[in-house]
Amino acid sequence: MAEHLTASTLADLNRPAGPALGTSDLRRSPAAHLAPLFAAAEVTGPNSVALREVPFLTMVGLRVAPDSDSADRVEARLGTQLPARCGDVGIGTGCSVLWLGPDEFLVVTTASSAEFTARLVQAIGTEPGSAVDLSANRTTFELTGRAARDVLEKGCPLDLHPRAFAVGSAYVTQLGPVPIILWKTGPETYEIYPRASFADYLGRWLLDAMAEFRALELL
Amino acid sequence: MILISCPNCGPRDETEFHYGGQAHVAYPDDPSALTDEEWGRYLFYRENPKGLFAERWVHSGGCRKWFNAVRDTATYRIAAVYRIGETRSVPSLASGETRPTRPAASDQSLPGGAK
Repeated sequence: MAEHLTASTLADLNRPAGPALGTSDLRRSPAAHLAPLFAAAEVTGPNSVALREVPFLTMVGLRVAPDSDSADRVEARLGTQLPARCGDVGIGTGCSVLWLGPDEFLVVTTASSAEFTARLVQAIGTEPGSAVDLSANRTTFELTGRAARDVLEKGCPLDLHPRAFAVGSAYVTQLGPVPIILWKTGPETYEIYPRASFADYLGRWLLDAMAEFRALELL
Repeated sequence: MILISCPNCGPRDETEFHYGGQAHVAYPDDPSALTDEEWGRYLFYRENPKGLFAERWVHSGGCRKWFNAVRDTATYRIAAVYRIGETRSVPSLASGETRPTRPAASDQSLPGGAK
């Protein structure tokens, strides 16, 4: 799939005609090629389900011991307490903080990754801990609709019933064979974070899982 | 499929976990003073009881943390889970050990541990 960049195509990209291209114009999200398939697979009606990719969210991997001085400064920057338990998500100012482990968190935001990471690095200072820009590590799928839970239950070992999986909680788990972070952002809305290299496989896996409800719609 | 209760994440499918062998194997105080046989025993010799056995597990598909579990090797029943560094007295270990299990220095440097 990778196109070979020859000297002539590079020259084409670099030519001054038209608006100048920056690196952000050239980047492609891991599942961009599946967008037409996602759009075509949308199911409406009583078993509604829809899938789309939300590209290029900023994700910062945060390792810091809770209850330390550096954690206090990080919390001040984020505008929220670090989540304390598995499943908890802290909602800060313009960002969300997902619990991945007792001292490991994922900050998700739409802010500029370099600037956001730099602020957290500064907050940690010289104390133990790290803030690393992991935006390219994962992509985001958004699965919505009344049948969204049914689609996920085909391959997720978690209990997804609302009594066990509350709106606003996020868990590290698997979907099919793919390790993911699953975040329930609304009663019928789930955000799925697979690693970028799994995006194509997981996108097609989800399309396959959604096909059943497409068939029901046609009956 | 058995459910294993991670101390951080609660009960999860066993496929999310990896096994780390016998727990509480203390790293020798002065490895260079050991004979080859003693070093070999430290490296390779482990208990293999039928019954309760203190083991290390890692929740690699979740919080990525190591913890200890006491598992019955005959029935797969997990009698207890506890964090690395915590002590837990397990007097009924089938190996006949009656001493309380204790955190060992090796617990802090686990093979393939926290990345």
